[in-house]
Amino acid sequence: MLADKDRIFTNLYGYQSYGLDAAKKRGDWDGTKELLEKGGEWIIDEMKSSGLRGRGGAGFPTGLKWSFMPRQSDGRPHYLVVNADEGEPGTCKDREIIRHDPHKLIEGCLVAGFSMKACAAYIYIRGEFVHEADVLDAAIQEAYAAGLIGENACGTGYKFDVYVHRGAGAYICGEETALIESLEGKKGQPRLKPPFPANVGLYGCPSTVNNVESIAVAPTILRRGGSWFAGLGRENNTGTKLFCISGHVNNPCNVEEEMGIPLKTLIEKHAGGVRGGWDNLLAIIPGGSSVHMLPKSICDTVLMDFDSLRAEGTGLGTAAVIVMDKSTDLIKAIARLSSFYAHESCGQCTPCREGTGWMSRIMNRMVTGEAELSEIDMLLDVTKKIEGHTICALGDAAAWPIQGLFRHFRPEVEARIMDYKKSRTAA
Amino acid sequence: MNISVRNSESFVFTAENMEWAKGQLAKYPSSRKQSGVMPLLTRAQEQNNGWVSVPVMEYVADMLDMPYIRVQEVASFYTMYNLKPVGKHVIEVCTTTPCWLRGSDDVVAACKDELGIGFGETTEDGEFTLLEVECAGACVNAPVIAYKEEYYEDLDNDSTRKFIKAIKSGELPVAGPQTTDRHKSAPQGGPTTLKDFCAVQGGQE
Repeated sequence: MLADKDRIFTNLYGYQSYGLDAAKKRGDWDGTKELLEKGGEWIIDEMKSSGLRGRGGAGFPTGLKWSFMPRQSDGRPHYLVVNADEGEPGTCKDREIIRHDPHKLIEGCLVAGFSMKACAAYIYIRGEFVHEADVLDAAIQEAYAAGLIGENACGTGYKFDVYVHRGAGAYICGEETALIESLEGKKGQPRLKPPFPANVGLYGCPSTVNNVESIAVAPTILRRGGSWFAGLGRENNTGTKLFCISGHVNNPCNVEEEMGIPLKTLIEKHAGGVRGGWDNLLAIIPGGSSVHMLPKSICDTVLMDFDSLRAEGTGLGTAAVIVMDKSTDLIKAIARLSSFYAHESCGQCTPCREGTGWMSRIMNRMVTGEAELSEIDMLLDVTKKIEGHTICALGDAAAWPIQGLFRHFRPEVEARIMDYKKSRTAA
Repeated sequence: MNISVRNSESFVFTAENMEWAKGQLAKYPSSRKQSGVMPLLTRAQEQNNGWVSVPVMEYVADMLDMPYIRVQEVASFYTMYNLKPVGKHVIEVCTTTPCWLRGSDDVVAACKDELGIGFGETTEDGEFTLLEVECAGACVNAPVIAYKEEYYEDLDNDSTRKFIKAIKSGELPVAGPQTTDRHKSAPQGGPTTLKDFCAVQGGQE
C-alpha cells in the first residue's frame, strides 16, 4: 500500500482548511520561484521523466502534451485550459481537489502555464459545482493577494492570470474542443481535429487542455523529482492516482493509491469490501461509465492501471470504480447509462445523435425482455456503426458499455428475453 | 400565487449584478466578450426568479453585441438554463447509474410523495420544482440531491423526506452526508489513509 509520505493530496477529505496558510503547511507554494527559474524546458523534461499520463481518461503523456506547444510565440498568446467539467458517471475526484486542495491546482496552473509560455489559465468548472467554484475563486484571490500569481508571479517577473469559468450542465464540455467552444461563448460542440488545440485552440491561439488532477500533481512532481513519481506504480503506468469507489461496497470513498494496485485490494482495503463479501460481486465498471464492465473472474486479479485494464479490453479511464453486487440488474444499470449518453449527445454528428437514442430505446426494451433475440446482434451492429464514426469520443463512450454487457453477460439478456416470451405465452 | 405573475416583461441587471458582470467580462480578451455569455446568463437567471426568459436573452445579447439567436442557442443547449418558470426551490435528483445502485429510486419516490409532483413539474403554489439530473459528480456519496449551491449526499427515503420538510419549514439543511456521520468523501468509519492529517482541525470551507 502506498505510504502516506508519498501521497500528494494530503487534504483529500478536507479535514484541514483549503486556505493558503494551511496549504503552505502542507507543502504547497514551497520554492515555486526556484522551480520556475529552472526554466520551461526543465519543467517539461521533468514531467516527461515522471511518466505522468493524463488523468482525465485518455491517459496521454502529460509532459509530451505540454511539449507540443510552440516554443516561440508568433505573436498570438498561449493559453492553459484546465478541464474541471467533471461529469463522467462514477467520477468525483476533481471536486475534492478543488474544494479541499485548490492551491495545488493553482500552483500547478502556474508551473504548467509557465512551461508553455501561457499568459493565463482558464479553469472550466462544471456549473453544478457552485460551492466548489466559490472555494476555488477564493483561493485564487488569496494567491493574487500573496503575489503568487498576477503581474509578477512569485517574484519572477512573469505575468500569469488564473480565471474560473463556470459551465452550465453539459457533459460534452468535458471533451477538450467542446470545452474550448463553450469557453468562447458557444454551444459545446466538438471541433474536428486537426488543427489540434496546441496550434489552434482557445480564441484561435495555441492552447493546452489538461484535467484538474494532471495539473494539480505537477508541483509535487517537480519538487520531488520526476524519478520519484516514476518509481511508483509500474513502467508506463507510474505514480499515484485518485480512485473513486462507488456502488455496492460497504464504505464508498475516494482514495489516493499507487497505480497498478490490484482492484480487489483497492476495494477491500479502502472501501470496506463488496457488500455481502467478495463472492457477492457480480461485475465492476473500472474506469467511469464509458469503459467495458468486467465480470468477477477478471476482477479477482486485475491490476488498476492503463495497460492492465486495456489488456482486458477495458480501460482505466478516470479510475472511477463502480461496483455491482449480485442483486444488480446489470441490463438496467447499462440501460441507464445509455439514456445518459442519449441525453448528453450534443447532436452534431448523425451516428451519435440518432444512434444514442436508438441504443437507449432498445436497451430499455431489453430491461423488460420485450425484445427479439435477433435484436441483440442488431444492437451490437449499431454500436459498431457509431464507434469511430463521430467527431468526438462520446459516440464510442456510448457504445462501449453496451458492448461490455454483451461481451460478458449475453446469456443473461437472452434469458430475460426468453422469460418475457414465456410469460406472454402463459398469459 | 400563480407563478406566471412573476414573469417579467423586461429585464435589466441590478446595479450590483452589473458591477459583477463587468468583473466577469474583464476575464476575457476585450474582443472576445462573447465568452461572458454563460456567466451572464447564469447570473441573470438567478435575478429572474430562476429562469431565462426572452427579455433576459435579449438583454444579455445586447450587452455582448451578440445576435439574439446565438444567445438562444446557448440558453437552449445547456441544461442548467431553465427556459420556463420554475418554483422557488428547485430540487435536482441524480438518477444516473452510481446513484441508482445506491437507491436513488427511494429518493425519487420520497420527493414525489412529499411534493406531490413528478419530474419536470412545479407545485401549484409555485414553491417547488422537481428535476431529474444526469450524473452530479459526487458518486461516492450517492445518492445525491443538488439544491441551491450545495449537494445533499448519502440520502435514503427517510432523510430525503426530512430534507424536504426542512425546506418547507423555511430552513436551509446542512449540506453533505445526510444519513451517516462520515466526513465528506472519506469512508464511513474514518479514513484508511492519512490518519495524521485527518485529525479534525476545524476544517474550513
